[in-house]
Amino acid sequence: MQIKPDPTFHATATLAMQAPVENYGFTVMLSPDGSQSDGIAVVDLNNESPTYGQIVHQVIVPNKGDEFHHFGWNACSSSLSPLSGHAFLERRYLIVPGIRSSRIYIIDVKDPLQAKIHKTIEPEELFAKTGYSRPHTIHCGPEGIYVSTLGGGGEDGTDGPPGIFIMDCETFEIIGQYEMDRGVQDKHYDFWWNLPQDYMVSSEWGLPPQYENGVVPEDLLSNKYGHSIHFWDLRKRRNIQTIDLGEHHQMALEIRPAHDPKKSYGFCGVVVDTTNLQGAIFTWWRDDDGVWQAKKTITIDPHPADPDDLPELLKGFSAVPPLVTDIDLSLDDRFLYVACWGIGEMHQYDVTDPMNPVLTGKVALGGIVSDTKHPNGKDFAYGPQMVEISRDGSRVYWTNSLYSTWDDQFYPDDEGGQMVMARVGANGGLELDKDFYIDFPKGYRSHQIRLEGGDCSTDSFCYPSV
Amino acid sequence: MIDTGSVTALWWAVVLSGVYHGINPGMGWPLAVSSALMAGKRRSLISALSLLAAGHLLAMMAILLPFSLMTALVQRENELRISAGCLVVLMGLYLLINRKHPRFLARVHPARLALWSFLAAMAHGAGLMLVPIYLGICGPDSLDGGHQAAQALMMGNIATAVSVAVVHTIAMTVAGGVVATIIYLWLGLKFLSSTWFNLDIVWALSLVMVGVFGIYGALAGH
Repeated sequence: MQIKPDPTFHATATLAMQAPVENYGFTVMLSPDGSQSDGIAVVDLNNESPTYGQIVHQVIVPNKGDEFHHFGWNACSSSLSPLSGHAFLERRYLIVPGIRSSRIYIIDVKDPLQAKIHKTIEPEELFAKTGYSRPHTIHCGPEGIYVSTLGGGGEDGTDGPPGIFIMDCETFEIIGQYEMDRGVQDKHYDFWWNLPQDYMVSSEWGLPPQYENGVVPEDLLSNKYGHSIHFWDLRKRRNIQTIDLGEHHQMALEIRPAHDPKKSYGFCGVVVDTTNLQGAIFTWWRDDDGVWQAKKTITIDPHPADPDDLPELLKGFSAVPPLVTDIDLSLDDRFLYVACWGIGEMHQYDVTDPMNPVLTGKVALGGIVSDTKHPNGKDFAYGPQMVEISRDGSRVYWTNSLYSTWDDQFYPDDEGGQMVMARVGANGGLELDKDFYIDFPKGYRSHQIRLEGGDCSTDSFCYPSV
Repeated sequence: MIDTGSVTALWWAVVLSGVYHGINPGMGWPLAVSSALMAGKRRSLISALSLLAAGHLLAMMAILLPFSLMTALVQRENELRISAGCLVVLMGLYLLINRKHPRFLARVHPARLALWSFLAAMAHGAGLMLVPIYLGICGPDSLDGGHQAAQALMMGNIATAVSVAVVHTIAMTVAGGVVATIIYLWLGLKFLSSTWFNLDIVWALSLVMVGVFGIYGALAGH
């Protein structure tokens, strides 16, 4: 039993930034063809350790074909919420869903070097208790662990809309569906919230037939992927407003609210604008009348390219789209990092004024056409994708795979998994660390990264930064 | 005849239980800090504490008033004191065995502080903790319905119940208010997590202890 709150729980984002830095990272190991079992790699991030920058332990699961993608903690700083009374939970377990198998593993990482599977929830249990499939994003909040799903019921996941379900944060029992009234929401991807202000925001990718076997070009060009964001009354579990970003803004993915709960704004990344191949970031906010608004505040242009250098999918466009596939916001709400997976760039924007972001740093690495090498001279497969920022905001880690079948369409000649790190200047700026480069074991790709003690896309804070 | 010394001691128990509830983060002072910080105004600390106090007071009344009515109805005061004591012990044992936090508390809107405070006090048996003390204060004389007019007796016991609830709530609000103010004005939120101790077991044992005390008092004729 815990006598005091877990030392990795912080009342405010500022306190989390001042806390001791991360010693370990946890990164998805994905076998794209299902020939090996997926796993979680434990990476040594203590720069004084002799094994710094190496994979020091692997938790390989017994099944094959799970397709790990996103994952998260059983408990975070939201446990200090004065309402929920869960201050004595431990940040100890990673909830790791397989988006192809719908199986969920609970991995005990109390001792990262001895990390092991604590519990497995079989797909049948998820289907029976929620009617959802393909679990994805994890956040710990009021009443337990919230998990978003990318599919509804039935074989192909189109029997009913996907949504969010809740799990008990101690027993990991699945409790049931979250939604009381989902309104027009019929697709799902990411979600996050502001706990004291009691709202949630969710986004849309597409239904399972639109992504499991690769991107469907006809659906994309006819704007059939998700292009709306939904605002929810968090505790009443009702969709209170839906904003259509415009049907050509295809695939509204990551939702990043400001970490300071006093602020009522955040960001959402849009993969591609089908009218001009631009990538985009929308800023969403609540206006003085309490109505939610959204405005496009960043656009990233495609790069012209010779069709001979492009994969089949893009030849007709003679250009490579930026493909904004992940974004992440530093804990001080100052820098927004934007992964441009197609052109092979990581951008850093100063979003101190969320309505007027300013580009302050950029790193080129990989890319469909540019294929920029790492400063250490080695290749980087695909482009910068899942990005995670250290709590203190000084180090930015990222990996390279988007999603097994999509990697193969956009990068038919690439293979492999890499994790790299860039250092942030005192007033912005971004520079790759020449010595930090992890090549994943043969046959594995990499995806989401979680940092020991929390990072910039896990913890929800219940008290304003002062 | 009950002596004034033990009545004084019982009133002190009312005050101390208030202080105890007040400094327990589970009874709401972190909510006062968070609403003052969210609003960015010192004044909000006071209004939040008042709402929390109102909810707590209501929860105390909701438990004590039925008992004060019962004092006029039962023939033998000891039966009431013993069964009340058993009830409090049972609540303590229940909280000892069922260590899961009441999930519904997390579903209350963060701005509805009085409702939250009422529900938190009810769920944790905060009001029950006062019952044996209250019955002790009412004393054997007033509980022995045979000698006095039932109505006068009941009115007296209701007045005592209200006094016990009010004194307890004032002590609770002052104690919680002092902690919240110190954290809000001087120490900062870093101390929120360092001063938050897990009182679950201590709390449950307190209920058992108060219940046993009530039963003992009844049997010993105090």
